[in-house]
Amino acid sequence: MAVSNKDLSGVLARGQSAGHSHDENELRVAGFWIFLSTDMILFACLFATYLVLRGNTDAGPTPQQIFDVRGFTEETFILLTSSFTCGLATHAMHEGRRGGLITWLSITALLGLSFVGLEVSEFVHDVGVGATMQRSAFLSAFFTLVGTHGLHVSIGILWMISIMYQILKRGINATTARKLTIVGLYWHFLDVVWVFLFTVVYLMGVM
Amino acid sequence: MLPHYWPTPVTGDPLIYGADVSIALVSIAILFVLFYYKKWGWLWREWLTTVDHKKIGILYVIAALLMLFRGGVDGLLMRTQLAQPNMHFLESEHYNQVFSTHGTIMILFVAMPFMFALFNIVIPLQIGARDVAFPYLNAISFWMFFFGALLLNISFVIGGSPDAGWVSYAPLTEKQFDPGPGENFYLMALQLSGIGSMATGINFLVTILRMRAPGMTLMRMPLLTWAVLAASIIIIYAFPALTIALALLLIDRVAGAHFFTMGHGGNPMMYTNLFWIWGHPEVYIVLLPVFGVFSEVFPAFSGKRVFGYSSMVASLMAISIVSFLLWAHHFFTMGAGPGVNTYFGIASMAIGIPTGVKVFNWMFTMYRGRIRMTMPMRWAVGFIPNFVIGGATGVMLAAAPGDYQYHNSFFLIAHFHQVLIGGTIYGSLAGMYFWWPKMFGFTLDEKRGRIAFWLWNVGFYVTFFPQYLLGLMGMTRRIYTYPPGMGWTNLNLLSTIGAFLMGLGFIYIVWDILYSTMHRSELKDVTGDPWNARSLEWSLPSPPPHYNFAVVPTVTRRDEWWELKKSGRADVLRPTAQDIEAIHMPNNSGKPIIFSVFFFIVGLGFVFEWYAVIVIGLAGVLATMLLRSVEEDTGHHIPAEEVRHEEMALGRM
Repeated sequence: MAVSNKDLSGVLARGQSAGHSHDENELRVAGFWIFLSTDMILFACLFATYLVLRGNTDAGPTPQQIFDVRGFTEETFILLTSSFTCGLATHAMHEGRRGGLITWLSITALLGLSFVGLEVSEFVHDVGVGATMQRSAFLSAFFTLVGTHGLHVSIGILWMISIMYQILKRGINATTARKLTIVGLYWHFLDVVWVFLFTVVYLMGVM
Repeated sequence: MLPHYWPTPVTGDPLIYGADVSIALVSIAILFVLFYYKKWGWLWREWLTTVDHKKIGILYVIAALLMLFRGGVDGLLMRTQLAQPNMHFLESEHYNQVFSTHGTIMILFVAMPFMFALFNIVIPLQIGARDVAFPYLNAISFWMFFFGALLLNISFVIGGSPDAGWVSYAPLTEKQFDPGPGENFYLMALQLSGIGSMATGINFLVTILRMRAPGMTLMRMPLLTWAVLAASIIIIYAFPALTIALALLLIDRVAGAHFFTMGHGGNPMMYTNLFWIWGHPEVYIVLLPVFGVFSEVFPAFSGKRVFGYSSMVASLMAISIVSFLLWAHHFFTMGAGPGVNTYFGIASMAIGIPTGVKVFNWMFTMYRGRIRMTMPMRWAVGFIPNFVIGGATGVMLAAAPGDYQYHNSFFLIAHFHQVLIGGTIYGSLAGMYFWWPKMFGFTLDEKRGRIAFWLWNVGFYVTFFPQYLLGLMGMTRRIYTYPPGMGWTNLNLLSTIGAFLMGLGFIYIVWDILYSTMHRSELKDVTGDPWNARSLEWSLPSPPPHYNFAVVPTVTRRDEWWELKKSGRADVLRPTAQDIEAIHMPNNSGKPIIFSVFFFIVGLGFVFEWYAVIVIGLAGVLATMLLRSVEEDTGHHIPAEEVRHEEMALGRM
């Protein structure tokens, strides 16, 4: 994780607000860490369901038949890169460079968007060859697990746009710095989840 | 696009028409009062938009009592139906709906709000804080709970109630076997209120870890605070499993997927596992906080410090961990094999150890104490035999081979009512009587409370002891009638009589509240410490001012307030003029309720599978979140002068 509480307090010390906002921003980051741990359990339950059901293909499409190695490798590289650019955006924030921040965050959101685009086209292709979520328990679990991650990424993109708007309007201050820190945590978390998706769903699926 | 269902006042059942009419009449009456007395503005400013933890706590208490009435009526309907063999008071379908809503409401819309009422009313006051960590989120939690409860409650007037038990097991709840919107109501109602619960867990964990008064180290925290900390940890890690179980079942029903279906590779037991991975910890979510209540009540009315503080803390934390490791004891008969059943059986027995430690500690706290039999103490003492019996029958059920005999019988019904009523409800009522003066500034009348307690307590044993015997005689749960000649008739009649005694007890509790409200000037609490109790909330006036503490206290030991009183230095917690500074407080906001209304619309959309409505609702949810995100809301400051003024008016300076 590129960002920690300590980094944030560094920003806050340089920030404009005084008094209680310092405590409040720190509280929110702490609260968000706990939220992420609940989200982790959420994914853990979906992973468990997938692992229980993945062999139940009901004589329909199997993982080997529908997973496209090239496609999911591209998705992986795009998402990992976006995590790196998100880290660069946070770095720019720490140095107080608003231009750099916006540039890197825009690149992150665009990479996120192309990830979602690839995933949607993967799903469309699957459905086209008859691999729908109504076909078998394996496919129900696959679409739900991967789709839930994709939904998280989509929400993250909207969230980043809202934060870019706020930073353009108000500059880097304690509040916007905290918001960027939190969306950064969220984005890196989704990256970690994807590493498990890549391994458990895709790699174990084609092996 | 044509919707799948139209909401209709279903069946031709006169009972349901009666309910329709009475709900319409009550709603019209409430609207009339609000318009006639022009109370809309007041309601909006003071209650609907509040972020004050004390007011949110009061809203939870009201909701819990109303839902206890609804769930209680369901219980009485069932007991009436079972009073004699071959009764035709309820039809089988209606009976299925009644036991499903009874269980769902009692666990999620009575026990949970009672717990959250305790969290909200007591915790910030007890740790010397001015509010919770995230007041705005706290308001969202309440309104999500509220609209979840509303969704479940409107189900039986429009569209039909869930009818597959409070556990809603697949594949019975798959669309193939259970068409109609009833189960969708269940799934969405729990999903909505579950989001609120998860947020409350996060909120109170952060509040307790980060907002304690200076000097209040972890091992100086009152035991209720420890109990809420433990319960919050369980909420945070248990609720996601429920979210997933409900979501996957909804996807099965709405999108035709095959998670839990019989065909196409689905696995119905996966639902049962996910449900109980939440469901068993949930039992402790509604028990640990009342353990905390008893740990406050016994010392206060025994005039002694709690016996074995450290072992109390250790047992709370042990329970919070072990509670995650024994879910499969709810379905020993699944056939997982002796290895799995042995493990879960032993784990289930093991959790009795920390619980037993707590019971002994409470009794040693009373031992040689100067006991005062007040209302909170009465409910607390009533709890002990209840819980010991419930614990003993629990160990019987935990023995897997024996459980093959008791499984799904009335023995089980009697067991879990023994711990959930005897534990959670007794504890909630002890807590309600104990902190009532802190909420409202007057105590509840003792005489009427005593009658309520005895009606309830006697009624409880008369209701549930026959059920243990009925279970051993082979009567299973969820049967809507039984033939004569089974030998069950007299015990069933006795159980029904007991249930009506408890109903009478409930009416007396409500009467006690109304009577005391009418006589509040005689019952007024002028000291702020009517029970001569031990923790920080009793150093404040009743009810406390909006900002709680004019000056945040410094804590030097356990039971700070009690120790100060004992050494005659209680005055050091009173504010002095030069110590008072401007106080930063959060602003009220209308967004939490609007946000939750949109979620309610999403819920309705899923229930009736109206996709346009889902899209509208989700757009509203997203728009409210974005508006909140770009809003600059840094709260407001109460000027020092105003605080001084208020403290002077309260007679504290």
